[in-house]
Amino acid sequence: MADHVVIVGGGQAAAQAAASLRSEGHAGAITIIGEEIHPPYQRPPLSKKYLSGELAEDRLFIKPPEFYEASGIGLKLGVTATAIDRSGKRVATPKGDVAYDRLILATGSHVRRLNLKGSSLANVFYLRSIADVDLIRPHFEKGKHLVIIGAGYIGLEVAAVAATRGLKVSVVEIASRCLARVTSPVISSFFDGVHRKAGVHFHYDARLEIFEGHDRVEDVLVNGEKLNADFVIAGIGILPSDHLARDAGLTVENGIVVDEFGRTSDPDIYAAGDCTVHFNPFAGRKVRLESVQNAIDQAKIVAAAITGKPKSYAEVPWFWSDQYDLKLQTAGLFSPTDQVVLRGDPATAKFAAFYLRDGVLAAVDAINAAPEFMMGKLLIAKGARLDPARLADPAIPMKNVAT
Amino acid sequence: MAKITYIESNGKEHVVEVADGLSVMEGAVKNLVPGIDADCGGACACATCHVYVDEKWLSKMPPKQDMEQTMLDFANDVHDNSRLSCQIKVSAALDGLVVRMPKSQH
Ligand SMILES: Cc1cc2nc3c(=O)[nH]c(=O)nc-3n(C[C@H](O)[C@H](O)[C@H](O)COP(=O)(O)OP(=O)(O)OC[C@H]3O[C@@H](n4cnc5c(N)ncnc54)[C@H](O)[C@@H]3O)c2cc1C
Ligand code: FES
Repeated sequence: MADHVVIVGGGQAAAQAAASLRSEGHAGAITIIGEEIHPPYQRPPLSKKYLSGELAEDRLFIKPPEFYEASGIGLKLGVTATAIDRSGKRVATPKGDVAYDRLILATGSHVRRLNLKGSSLANVFYLRSIADVDLIRPHFEKGKHLVIIGAGYIGLEVAAVAATRGLKVSVVEIASRCLARVTSPVISSFFDGVHRKAGVHFHYDARLEIFEGHDRVEDVLVNGEKLNADFVIAGIGILPSDHLARDAGLTVENGIVVDEFGRTSDPDIYAAGDCTVHFNPFAGRKVRLESVQNAIDQAKIVAAAITGKPKSYAEVPWFWSDQYDLKLQTAGLFSPTDQVVLRGDPATAKFAAFYLRDGVLAAVDAINAAPEFMMGKLLIAKGARLDPARLADPAIPMKNVAT
Repeated sequence: MAKITYIESNGKEHVVEVADGLSVMEGAVKNLVPGIDADCGGACACATCHVYVDEKWLSKMPPKQDMEQTMLDFANDVHDNSRLSCQIKVSAALDGLVVRMPKSQH
């Protein structure tokens, strides 16, 4: 009998792994165990067009519900896996055990929570799931005061939707600039300017003190200043959902450790997506990526390995973010010590920042600049050594910068 | 509502009804038509929803935005009738549309 593959987690990586197992010819049973009640869905629109109301819920689904039935993929939704019995090859759930031949962990990540006086009051929200957005959306009314904690991608995307809707938005950030963890100061100051123009207030180097209010937060105390809040949304990072793996004795280091074939330290258990850490050749170190690209590509690698056609993971990391009418596309992984080469003028809202590491292209942030992103991605894959002067010259088409 | 014919690179045809307001990409995904990956889910960020529009339909296509054109410039096997299917909104005006998928989206 062909192997039964069980996938724990029902998100981007789970859907891709199941679909790729079928397209690669896996003949055995496939079962997805997902904690949420929804079939696997895309999270990126949650802080963009789903939050703004432009996309209905069913347009988030990665595959229509019929897909799973038609493809012989069992969906156990609203079911949480609680333990892995590696010697018995079973996954425990409150609805009974599920036996596996191969197991894929695609449990994603969960939000880091605030731990401050008042932070568990009813109008403090997080944004990770459809259910979260459904709670937030009724508060999105013109004129309301929204305090966003954290100026990462999610915080800024929420700020853009809220400011566009006419809310009064303050963003509180512990670092001295927005997007500090993921990009260079030029890109941070560009986004800072765009949001300020839209009426968003930033509080950097913020010492968040307490949330004041009785059953609801009414004020947020920051650096001694009182910010009026009708509601609060915190986007202060995510943590890998790796506790099942850790409890089962798999190697876990701030994420489930996988090799270039998506294998964990147990030969019958694989992992993909946000819950993993892997050695990434473009970073030159172990990284935990939080992106659709990584979820999809690792899931494909796992499916390839399980169907006996192992391919090693060698994709350039990429990501995007939509704010107002701006599209940021990034490829590679930025490091603070990289040389920054600007191409185009930020004032035109169409430009790119390239990051060279010892002369070799390591990453690019492109704003409304698809050629810079697409060509940049190719050049990063090649490990291209580039002349900063040519790269900075918009008169030289991207296709020719390397020659 | 529009009837759209999607033709896989091996010649297999899928004729499906697609509701107004969805994209041509979503029409394929919702109807289990293979051959369009759409990794970014329609954000015009990945270029894995590439299709060739039947020549007869080219004149009826909504124009390409800058972003779509520049993303397409870097896709594989791009022809004059190439489009990113997530950027084509379906309406009754596209009833009868025929699109073909490339061999691979990567
Ligand atoms: C608001 C938001 C905006 C984003 N925007 C972008 C973007 O623009 N571009 C981009 O590239 N990426 C973006 N991301 C990141 C991207 O969505 C994630 O990297 C991606 O969803 C990871 O996929 P995954 O399958 O690893 O995890 P997830 O999609 O998180 O799926 C994991 C699933 O497993 C379930 N699960 C966990 N533990 C268990 C268990 N024990 N039993 C059963 N089920 C379990 C979870 O409930 C969840 O449904 C965004 C994320 C968010 C939240
Ligand atoms: S789906 Fe990604 S560009 Fe069309």
